Amino acid sequence: MDTLDTPSDNQLYALPWMVGTLVARTAETPTAMTLEIDVPGWRGALAGQHVDVRLTAEDGYSTQRSYSLASAGTMGLPGVPPDPAAHGSRIALTVQVVDGGEVSPYLTEDLQVGDQIELRGPVGHWFVWQPADPHPVQLIGGGSGLVPLMSMLRTRRLAGSRAPFRLVVSVRTPADAIYADELEALGGDVEITRVWTRRAPESWTGPVGRIDAALLEAACFPPDERAHVFVCGPTPFVEAVADTLVDLGHDPERIRTERFGPTGP
Amino acid sequence: MAIISRGFRGKRDVDPRIPPGQYLERGFPVLSAGPTPRADLSTWTFSITAGGAPRASWTWSELTHLPHDDIVKDIHCVTKWSKLDSAWRGISLDTLLDGVEVAPEEQYAMAHCDGGYTTNVPLADLRGGKAWIAYQYDGAPLPPEHGGPARLLIPHLYFWKSAKWVRSLDLMTEDTWGFWERLGYHAYGDPWKEQRYWGD
Ligand SMILES: Cc1cc2nc3c(=O)[nH]c(=O)nc-3n(C[C@H](O)[C@H](O)[C@H](O)COP(=O)(O)OP(=O)(O)OC[C@H]3O[C@@H](n4cnc5c(N)ncnc54)[C@H](O)[C@@H]3O)c2cc1C
Repeated sequence: MDTLDTPSDNQLYALPWMVGTLVARTAETPTAMTLEIDVPGWRGALAGQHVDVRLTAEDGYSTQRSYSLASAGTMGLPGVPPDPAAHGSRIALTVQVVDGGEVSPYLTEDLQVGDQIELRGPVGHWFVWQPADPHPVQLIGGGSGLVPLMSMLRTRRLAGSRAPFRLVVSVRTPADAIYADELEALGGDVEITRVWTRRAPESWTGPVGRIDAALLEAACFPPDERAHVFVCGPTPFVEAVADTLVDLGHDPERIRTERFGPTGP
Repeated sequence: MAIISRGFRGKRDVDPRIPPGQYLERGFPVLSAGPTPRADLSTWTFSITAGGAPRASWTWSELTHLPHDDIVKDIHCVTKWSKLDSAWRGISLDTLLDGVEVAPEEQYAMAHCDGGYTTNVPLADLRGGKAWIAYQYDGAPLPPEHGGPARLLIPHLYFWKSAKWVRSLDLMTEDTWGFWERLGYHAYGDPWKEQRYWGD
């Protein structure tokens, strides 16, 4: 295959636990919070990678979860100015609350600015987009599955890439739409298709419901453009989208998937 | 010394059967790198090869008529979930390897799967009642998204080693890395030692 298979930083390296400090919390929606974290010694990341977060209770009990990086990946980007405040040791995660969950409510509600948190990464060299790759890129995200795709969009902008990008983003209701303003601002440059599965904004004239073959066929780069396709979200969403894309004639080899959890919109 | 997360208590579904850094999951999440491949059982075969050369091969009917095991095991995914007492039916790799000539220097194997996925396992981990070709889950045919028609089942290693959609095992004289192993994951993957990533 092509450049996507040769990450620019694919050397064997260990991933020790690092200590980050929460520097900002921004509510994206009533149930999703972006956490900006300063991580001294952070080595940068490729767009699409994630970190493992570890929480430890006073008596030593601890648990871990994975969260995608929302911030741009700076690894292998030539000419990115060494501006640590903008993109050196600062990363961003966006966490969607899972009701009754062990970790996501803690991260979105309890973790305060100034608190320390353990994490390690970046992890994963498969669900990644290389900014030097000029091929078209089709992004398809459901719910918080938009997070690593946002990193790819931000990386594209930071890198000044001209690779054609299209995005299909599916959420339940307008109140669940993360990064709404930033996506709006991208509108001229990236073709964005919105899917509302439960309720659309007042002004919406299109259908409300799950992604189907007709929508994917209309919204996505056609198979003969051989776009890289990144599909991320809850398992049933990813299964349905990836299967439909294969039915529509997309090459399975060009579809990369990341599954976040058991249920979804 | 770990950083204490102020005010964090956790859910404490603690069970000595859950390895470090894992949590108990009652559902059965799916992890795979791409779309779910589709198999045609009328042409499906499972083979054992060595350096790519055939040593043995079974059709779907031949495989599923071999003596099977019913297996109840805990499984541990590198994405942090563990599932206790998962119930499978499959053919022990001891049964399959017994009829195959294996040279003493062939100490490693690479699983090859539909969709191009590969994973490497030492032969010792495939023998001694530790590994199966599984084709039923919870009393029903293994669903495609969970690796059907058949997947490797090596419950004592992280679950990515239990390669979905498996089609062959290639015996090797040297340990070479498979798909996730080349992409940052550990070459062996013992959940009790938390061997998740390179260098763990
Ligand atoms: C590679 C990777 C990247 C991820 N990136 C992100 C990200 O960027 N943002 C983000 O918010 N999450 C992300 N996740 C999901 C995250 O790791 C956790 O699974 C999620 O936050 C729930 O953890 P919890 O401890 O709150 O819930 P748990 O205590 O683990 O689960 C509580 C209950 O909710 C169910 N559940 C678990 N996850 C979900 C879900 N996603 N939707 C609905 N029900 C669920 C469980 O089955 C369980 O029954 C990612 C997962 C992976 C594997």
